[in-house]
Amino acid sequence: AVKNSEGGPAVRQLNLQAPVTQIAEQIYSIHNLMLYICLAIFIAVFGVMFYSILKHRKSVGHKAATFHESTTVEILWTIVPFLIVIGMALPATKTVVAMKDTSNADITIKATGMQWKWGYDYLKGDGEGIAFLSTLSTPRTQVGAPGVAPTEARGVNYLLEVDNELVVPVNKKIRIITTANDVIHAWTIPAFGVKQDAIPGFVRDTWFKAEKIGTYRGNCVELCGKEHAFMPIVVKVVSEDDYKAWVDTKKKEMAAKADDPSKVWTVDELKQRGEKVYAANCVACHQANGKGVPGAFPALDGSAVVGGPKAAQVNILLNGIRAMPAWKASLSDTEIAAVITYTRNSWSNKSAENIVQPAEVLAARK
Amino acid sequence: MSNTVADHAHDHSHGHDDHAHDHPHGWRRYLFATNHKDIGNLYLWFAFTMLLLGGVMALGIRSELFQPGLQLMQPEFFNQLTTMHGLIMVFGAIMPAFVGFANWMIPLQIGASDMAFARMNNFSFWLMPPAALLLAGSFFVPGGATAAGWTLYAPLSTQMGPGMDMAIFAVHIMGASSIMGSINIITTILNMRAPGMTLMKMPMFCWTWLITAYLLIAVMPVLAGAITMTLTDRHFGTSFFNAAGGGDPVMYQHIFWFFGHPEVYIMILPAFGIVSHIVPAFARKPLFGYESMVYATSSIAILSFIVWAHHMFTTGMPVTAQLFFMYATMLIAIPTGVKVFNWIATMWKGSMTFETPMLFAVGFIFVFTMGGFTGLILAVTPIDIQLQDTYYVVAHFHYVLVAGSLFALFAGFYYWGPKWTGFMYNETRGKIHFWLSLIFFNVTFFPMHFLGLAGMPRRYADYPAQFTDFNMIASIGAFGFGLMQVYFILFVVIPSIKGGQPAEAKPWEGAEGLEWTVPSPAPFHTFEVPPEVK
Amino acid sequence: MSSHNATAPHYFVPGPSQWPVLGGATLLTTMIGASAWVNGLQWGAYLNFVGIFLTLVVLYKWFGDAIAESESGKYSARIDVSFRWSMSWFIFSEVMFFGAFFGALFYARSISMPWLADLDHKVLWPDFAGIWGGTGPAGVVESFKTMGPFPIPTINTALLLTSGVTLTIAHHAIREGQRSKTAFWLFATVLLGAIFMGFQAYEYMHAYSELNLKLTSGIYGSTFFMLTGFHGFHVTMGAIMLSVVLYRVMKGHFTPEHHFAFEGAAWYWHFVDVVWLGLYVVVYWM
Ligand code: HEA
Ligand code: HEA
Ligand code: CUA
Ligand SMILES: [Cu+2]
Repeated sequence: AVKNSEGGPAVRQLNLQAPVTQIAEQIYSIHNLMLYICLAIFIAVFGVMFYSILKHRKSVGHKAATFHESTTVEILWTIVPFLIVIGMALPATKTVVAMKDTSNADITIKATGMQWKWGYDYLKGDGEGIAFLSTLSTPRTQVGAPGVAPTEARGVNYLLEVDNELVVPVNKKIRIITTANDVIHAWTIPAFGVKQDAIPGFVRDTWFKAEKIGTYRGNCVELCGKEHAFMPIVVKVVSEDDYKAWVDTKKKEMAAKADDPSKVWTVDELKQRGEKVYAANCVACHQANGKGVPGAFPALDGSAVVGGPKAAQVNILLNGIRAMPAWKASLSDTEIAAVITYTRNSWSNKSAENIVQPAEVLAARK
Repeated sequence: MSNTVADHAHDHSHGHDDHAHDHPHGWRRYLFATNHKDIGNLYLWFAFTMLLLGGVMALGIRSELFQPGLQLMQPEFFNQLTTMHGLIMVFGAIMPAFVGFANWMIPLQIGASDMAFARMNNFSFWLMPPAALLLAGSFFVPGGATAAGWTLYAPLSTQMGPGMDMAIFAVHIMGASSIMGSINIITTILNMRAPGMTLMKMPMFCWTWLITAYLLIAVMPVLAGAITMTLTDRHFGTSFFNAAGGGDPVMYQHIFWFFGHPEVYIMILPAFGIVSHIVPAFARKPLFGYESMVYATSSIAILSFIVWAHHMFTTGMPVTAQLFFMYATMLIAIPTGVKVFNWIATMWKGSMTFETPMLFAVGFIFVFTMGGFTGLILAVTPIDIQLQDTYYVVAHFHYVLVAGSLFALFAGFYYWGPKWTGFMYNETRGKIHFWLSLIFFNVTFFPMHFLGLAGMPRRYADYPAQFTDFNMIASIGAFGFGLMQVYFILFVVIPSIKGGQPAEAKPWEGAEGLEWTVPSPAPFHTFEVPPEVK
Repeated sequence: MSSHNATAPHYFVPGPSQWPVLGGATLLTTMIGASAWVNGLQWGAYLNFVGIFLTLVVLYKWFGDAIAESESGKYSARIDVSFRWSMSWFIFSEVMFFGAFFGALFYARSISMPWLADLDHKVLWPDFAGIWGGTGPAGVVESFKTMGPFPIPTINTALLLTSGVTLTIAHHAIREGQRSKTAFWLFATVLLGAIFMGFQAYEYMHAYSELNLKLTSGIYGSTFFMLTGFHGFHVTMGAIMLSVVLYRVMKGHFTPEHHFAFEGAAWYWHFVDVVWLGLYVVVYWM
């Protein structure tokens, strides 16, 4: 049977997720308050109605009265709800103001929604300069497809796990700046009481201060195309020390991985690298066999663009076209060169211009 | 929903010059209709067809969501189903059904011979099938139907294929239809009331439709503007919703919801009207607080223009805007509460019986209020930020739309149906329809509250496995609910058209109003000479 | 059914008519054509034009029926009131349609533009200054010049205002039963409208060829052309309505008491006038 996801939803959970920030706690208690008030009104109002239904029915011989107005009660039941509503709005107001106060953050991180993954850039504070992408890590063999049963058992964090988690220190005010590359996405961690749309071309911000070490999970919550359900958000809250250690390793890793765009590669090297890039970014639409989805996503196998002059393909990858997103922000020059080279030498494709070097991509970025 | 009126009451006496030949018969009768009752029938049949179509899509959604993983469809097709389900239910089922009621009942209730503009009335109707064809046809073009959600948010809508354009043009056509229909209704109500029927003596259904029509005329053009901008952004290089050219995707949402929020009241106010007739009729007691009902309806309409951004709390508005829209939204609970209290006060010390119309009306009040409360909870900004775009919202709006609008429509059918068909429906079957619909409705949508609170996002083709159980329950409920609607059409509606116990002119002891002064079924022409109202 | 004879002249209800359902069919044709056309299919354009043409034919026949009914005295005073209500509410719906575009202009200019240029957005658009009429933050818009109020828009304002006056003179004339005077001033009104449109067309050409101001010129171009374009379309519609009225005046329709078609078209014309004043201020001056 399915188990609870730590920091995510529990099985058959009835209420909001357990809060780990003060804001989420306030939300939790306002929600409970609202629930009680509404329940009380509900019982009162429908208590009266059902009493009437039981007693004032023809079958028990009740004769209809004829009254049809009473200014007093009408005024009363206008004013009382008004007061109740004010009572509900007051505590909420305090929380709204607190939620909006993103000043004095210890760390500022930019979260960029992309079809269909998240990009994170540590902009300010400890860890500044770290940047990485965060993609669903649940294998498709757990998901299955129409007519194809999943071949692997689903894990506890099915659709709630990513390859690179966002790591932040505990008890620090983290400001998240959201934006997007293509369409609107939304960044949320229910346990933090945080949700903020990521709007292409605009930045918005929100903040949280997690008070408990652990891993917390959310999902993209704004319809963003076909893989909307497959771009989770995972935040790992660690101790101050662990955070420092993570920053160090991450920085080293990044330095090691950084590709020099002026390096000249062979076709095979690029092809090998490109296959990985393709699997991580392109298969969702163009499919592993390069045939695309007829009517929706064009085939690359036998495509005129892939077979034609490479400059055009470089341009499409950098800037996007129609449903195809622009990749210039999320892929490096080397990756773009590699994946183009891969498509030009895969399936039945034997393009005349069969290799693209990173330097060419760099040049095309202008 | 009747064909039978044709056979009755053709007084050939109106010896009139140029139109004497065109007593409508056969297909021409409906195609060329200018009779409000015929057009009402057309609307009702159309709406029910769309309910089934949208319902089948919902069943597709629920089947895919029965378990985690992708079993039946690709996510892009799932999104198309969600989008089309929303569009078809809102624009194809609920709205036209209320227009059908308006066509049938408003002239009868105010003592008018017909709608003010009979030909335009037919035009309003005959714009609906083309729009439906465009929407349904869009599934078959390259890329399929639009999958941007019924809200058609930019810039996702910009990415869509030709199906999106078809949806845009369909909405344009439906907008034109709504505007013409509303002009017709307003004019009829304002200008064709029987002598002596002042506005404050007018039946509540007419009042609620008067205000609804006003809302429609005010907001449908705004929606047309929004989707026109989407169209030019898609094809003609404008930058309304594109930041690169200085536009703003959020601007789309502001324009859309300026339409969209009044739209939800467009779908509920006529329901309030229907219930306001049924409750007094079966409590055998006049409607409590008629005047405050009118004021409450107007207040809801006015407030509905200043709350739209409660759909946008997570877009990141300035704090003052968030607070303003929270307060304004919460205020709507007050006039709505007045209505609920008035209904209950109408029942109080009445002499109630519980035929099917009353059951649906009481069911409406009970379940709609639950939906209203979840609305109020969503209006509280911090809670909404937790719940926005989760299944909690889906639960909220199905409580107000299905158990609200749709139940009121059923109530209205059982109440006025005898006037339309001339026959009483089968009471036992009506009760079965009510009770099982009520139960299955709650089985379907109540668990969605839990899903939403726990964080399951809406418009998801697949979901974390922790959400499985409640989704299964919801899916089972959905099939049960759908089955009950098939039962309704096959075992209630169609038999009551074909025959049964003939209905009296006034089949309900406590019913009031001019519509009960004409025979059942209502003759083809009624109130050619307006009745005098004291 | 038309069922009122002289003894009970209550409310005329027309008999069955084929025009509404045909109108639905022709609009469907139009929209299918349009959907195909905007997606680059040539046949779509043809189908679209066929659809529009047939729709116009249907409307022509339909209004022909209505005019015939009106002229044969079937429309009672009560129907006249119905027409008044309906025209008023129709104009209200048009106001709301323009409201959407004016709202977009306001929002883009006063809310999004400063937003895109604020400190937070330096992350995305480091060099964006947020000037209205600029090329947008991403620099994807070709540079262009904005459109000022002189000379054409001001001349156009004068033209439309004058046309409001000539129309009012025509209205007084019809109420006094002076048919040829009515026709003359109506003609003058339509002519002023036509000149307005001529200037407007010239202004567009000027914008495209000399200012490099196009529909694609960012949000400025979008709002400029959509607002003025829809206004121009409405002027054209108004002018067509007035032309039909003019034709009917010349054919001897209307009486000093009964001429709602005239008045409805006149209301519409004044509405178009008022929209222009709004445009003149917020699009050209501000
Ligand atoms: C018939 C349609 C209908 C109706 C009537 C309503 C009624 C209300 N709705 Fe709902 N709503 C929708 C249809 C409707 N809604 C739809 C379709 C959506 C989703 C759109 C989408 O995103 O796709 C939506 C979404 C929606 C949201 C956005 C959620 C989100 O996306 O994050 C919000 C937030 O404020 C909201 C609030 C309300 C409120 C406060 C009411 C109020 O009018 C309710 C008032 C009623 C009551 C409160 C009950 C009766 C009152 C009493 C018994 C009196 C005493 C009570 C008190 C004093 C508390 N609605
Ligand atoms: C307006 C009214 C309305 C109505 C009546 C309904 C009715 C139903 N809706 Fe509704 N729904 C919306 C409006 C409505 N919906 C809107 C606006 C959305 C948002 C869309 C969006 O996100 O963009 C939505 C979204 C929505 C979702 C969320 C989808 C998602 O986020 O991905 C779900 C999921 O369960 C759902 C389910 C249902 C169900 C089970 C019904 C049931 O009540 C349906 C009952 C079923 C029937 C009536 C069918 C009966 C027919 C048969 C059994 C077979 C008949 C056979 C033949 C015809 C041959 N709807
Ligand atoms: Cu990204 Cu939904
Ligand atoms: Cu709303």
